[in-house]
Amino acid sequence: MKVKMISRNPDNYVRETKLQQHKMPRNYDPSLHPLEGPREYVRALNATKLDRVFAKPFVCNLSGHRDGVSCFGKHPKLLSTLATGAYDGEVRIWDLANRVSARSFVAHNGFVRGIAYAKDGERIFTVGDDKTIKVWNSQAPEVGEEEEPVNTILSRYGMHGISHNRKDNSFATCGEVCAIWDEQHNDPLKTLKWGVDTLHTISYNPVETNVLACCASDRSIILYDQREAQPLRKVVLTMKSNKLAWNPMEAFNFTVANEDCNLYTFDTRKLQTPLKVHFDHVSAVTDVDYAPTGKEFVSASYDKTIRIYHAHQSHSRDIYHTKRMQHVVCCAWSLDNRYIFSGSDEMNVRMWKSNASEKLGIIRPRERTNFNYQEALKEKYAAHPQIKRIARHRQVPRHVLNAQRKMRAGKEKDQVKEANVRKHSKPGKVPYVSEKKKHVLKEEV
Amino acid sequence: MSKVPPKGRAKPKAPHKRYFDTESAAADGDTAGLQPVKLKRKNQQNFVGDFIKMQKQSKVRKPLRPTKVKAEASDPAEAQKSHVPPELLAKYSRGEKVEARGVKTRHFKEQQERREVYLDYATEQAARTELLLQETAGQLGADDGEITAEYRQEQIAENVDLQSAAKHFSLQMEFGPYTMRYSKNGRHLLLGGRRGHVAAFDWVTKKLHCEFNVMESVADVQWLHVPTMYAVAQKSWVYFYDKKGTELHCVKRLTNVNRLDFLPYHFLLAAGNSSGYASWLDVSIGELVGNFNTGLGDIRILRHNPSNGVLCVGGSRGVVSMWSPKVREPLAKLLCHSTAMTAMTVDPKGQHLVTAGLDRTVKVWDIRMLNDQPLALFRLRLPANELDVSQRGMLALSQGTYLETYTDLLSGGGTGDRSKLPYLRQRCDAFVHGLRFCPYEDVLGVSTAKGFHSLLVPGCGEPNYDALEDNPYETSKQRREHEVHALLEKIPPELITLDPNEITGVDAPTLQEKVDAKRQLFHLKPPAIRMNSRRKMKGRGGSAKASRNKQIVKDIKRKEFIAEVREAKKGVIRQHSSKEAGDDAKPRPKPPRSVLDRFKPKPQKKHKT
Repeated sequence: MKVKMISRNPDNYVRETKLQQHKMPRNYDPSLHPLEGPREYVRALNATKLDRVFAKPFVCNLSGHRDGVSCFGKHPKLLSTLATGAYDGEVRIWDLANRVSARSFVAHNGFVRGIAYAKDGERIFTVGDDKTIKVWNSQAPEVGEEEEPVNTILSRYGMHGISHNRKDNSFATCGEVCAIWDEQHNDPLKTLKWGVDTLHTISYNPVETNVLACCASDRSIILYDQREAQPLRKVVLTMKSNKLAWNPMEAFNFTVANEDCNLYTFDTRKLQTPLKVHFDHVSAVTDVDYAPTGKEFVSASYDKTIRIYHAHQSHSRDIYHTKRMQHVVCCAWSLDNRYIFSGSDEMNVRMWKSNASEKLGIIRPRERTNFNYQEALKEKYAAHPQIKRIARHRQVPRHVLNAQRKMRAGKEKDQVKEANVRKHSKPGKVPYVSEKKKHVLKEEV
Repeated sequence: MSKVPPKGRAKPKAPHKRYFDTESAAADGDTAGLQPVKLKRKNQQNFVGDFIKMQKQSKVRKPLRPTKVKAEASDPAEAQKSHVPPELLAKYSRGEKVEARGVKTRHFKEQQERREVYLDYATEQAARTELLLQETAGQLGADDGEITAEYRQEQIAENVDLQSAAKHFSLQMEFGPYTMRYSKNGRHLLLGGRRGHVAAFDWVTKKLHCEFNVMESVADVQWLHVPTMYAVAQKSWVYFYDKKGTELHCVKRLTNVNRLDFLPYHFLLAAGNSSGYASWLDVSIGELVGNFNTGLGDIRILRHNPSNGVLCVGGSRGVVSMWSPKVREPLAKLLCHSTAMTAMTVDPKGQHLVTAGLDRTVKVWDIRMLNDQPLALFRLRLPANELDVSQRGMLALSQGTYLETYTDLLSGGGTGDRSKLPYLRQRCDAFVHGLRFCPYEDVLGVSTAKGFHSLLVPGCGEPNYDALEDNPYETSKQRREHEVHALLEKIPPELITLDPNEITGVDAPTLQEKVDAKRQLFHLKPPAIRMNSRRKMKGRGGSAKASRNKQIVKDIKRKEFIAEVREAKKGVIRQHSSKEAGDDAKPRPKPPRSVLDRFKPKPQKKHKT
């Protein structure tokens, strides 16, 4: 008789001392793990619920400004540094790690319109309503010394925005004209015009650094090439665009924040129709900034909220708001892709997590594995109705809810009216126009 | 003088070889004249008259990426590493690939293909962990001229190691026919005597947890999700006790229960009572999630299918019906025997249903296909009164005091073929009332009218357990942690369906639903239209005008509805008539000529040219 039975040696299965880890032999045979589908579904449901439970995006409030915050400048090399400008001409440099204002000085008479760091982060350029460009050292002065600009450039034109080239020492300002400056000279290298009275925002392309984009007060977006004498192209929308941001990874795309509650993502090569219209805001969108990954962007709005969008999706992924936050004027996405900053009318700068339920602090490898697993589960079961409902639900302020309802009612009314007109006119006379094409008036070369 | 070709014109060169030219087309020019016949799709093929000449497809599909010619096994260790036997891969695979051909857009097609690559990788990785398994399954081999069924338990116990020999024991007890259960990790044993005796112990170390008499008749016992709690179906109600024998609950909503079963992933205690009620009690919240009359009369045979959680109830008419707590009709019914059933079990993998009836047969059914023919049939001398299937697919059955085990569930019994003989035989001293294989051990527990026997059956249990699922060596701390995790993952009772993977599939309408929807179209009634007219200013139109307006709107709505339905109906009719016309393509016979045909407009004559 040859006989063998299962006879486990406990030494292989039980730990010897309490200092050791428990021995956990695994067997991945599917027959030992019944009900795989339903169990995974329940796990996905729990993960989605936990995600909403831990969604606490607000990190801190940076107070110190004595007037509304008007603009941000991100340091290209230091993650914990942020420069903000206010309506009273004050510029503050924040130490974000310690959540304190490291430095503050009055830069201009009237508004600070724009702040830009030089490409190496050594200098700060500010423009204000007093028609000056001031250059500041990014190192704080010695104790006892006064804050003095390194250089002050008096310009002939009023200026509304500034953008620094990412690769060389030039920067551009906009106002009545678009001017290209060199850091060493006090006169612009070049001025570019296209019969527009005011350009109120300017942005250098981060990759093709000779290309610039401006938003003008005649509802147009203008593209420039700083090597050429004339502007390149222009596209006119139905309403004014407030801000413009280039996608840092797909640098041929840019997004504009528009006055008509929407954002538009354009492809530079094809300006007739936007790639995507981003809805969901209920009031004018004031600012937009891309995440360094180029996959998402944040937008600030006059409706007292900020929203986060996927770059290729029409509806927002998340909405952040607090009771105290008033009209948000500017927003920025930190260069480590983890935080979002918002500056609002009520003099505060707020810091948010870019992923609302992300855990801050040290994450151990097992925890990290678990988070990754939960992410995968959420993605796999995202289409299930209950999970979708939980993941999508956001509590929004009452005034936003009311405005949303009103906007929806108006939109429905318009649709009904258009359908009625179409029904009572010759076939083909009332064409179907896609939502994308409705908002672009014309493109000029 | 040889003719010199004109200088300017070079010899017509062979065209440049392009990257898209396939090798064969470029190499053999004589076959280039033969055009490959493109096979039509199956539903477009014409099978009536013409034969399609098939030719070997000369068009070689270009791989997406030019595959590099592999270096000839430069590193033998690496070649070994990537090799996983296909049968192992089949064991770990979760079904067939999704065919990317039906996917419409390129984006989703690529996404699907990428996903399949990941799934393949996961399967391979899982299959490779087989190397790490520590234990091998038990076995019993007979010497020449002997068969394994000859061996007695004492002989087996003599020939195995001491640890295993200690697993063979018997208990003599006097409180009447016993029922028994092993806990899910196979470590603990629960015995319940008809005359009130309840005992719980760790049968491996032989340590008694508790033993007491409930002073009532005991119909059945069942462990709950942890081996510190169990349920006992007593004379009128079901009681919960803990490991020390303390009464935790008395569930008065479960009355006259005959059989208990526990669904560990749903935390449901299923009970069948003597008036035909099936009940599911959620033991985590203490709520009855399902409680209804099955209409089957006294429920004496009840088992759940471990792979999907459906409760199988064997009836006295030879029918097995399957129940889910949230559906009041059986999900499926299977006529298994022409006589009353005596026993039933489902194998732990949830593939086979094994039934025994008074017709002295044991039948093995495919529980997923639910065919009307059994996969295997055992003919016995006496009807089997208890059945169980082990983790590795061994069948044990008892006929009165005599019991047999078979290694292969699907072999079918019989004495003609040596390979079909029973694996082990055993005669007990009293009538067998309960029979369970111990999970993760080579042990068969038998409870009889006079006590309990633990029999050694080498090769019946799964040798390698998964510690995150069931751990026989778990500490109390691990047990508590496991309980919390299990509670977090409790599957809601609504998800108990015949196909457990339904939740991961696409919710596409079945053919039956489509047919029903079409049929419904012909019996639709226009929906009631409720309309509240807007309040007008005083003096602007009276009630008569309002009601007239209302009627107008209603009429319009109804007309629209009727028009829609008419269109839909037309579509259905057109579809079906074209199908029928396609079947018999013959022209319709001409109607007989009538006298009045001469008044019809004449067909125009064709011009002869």
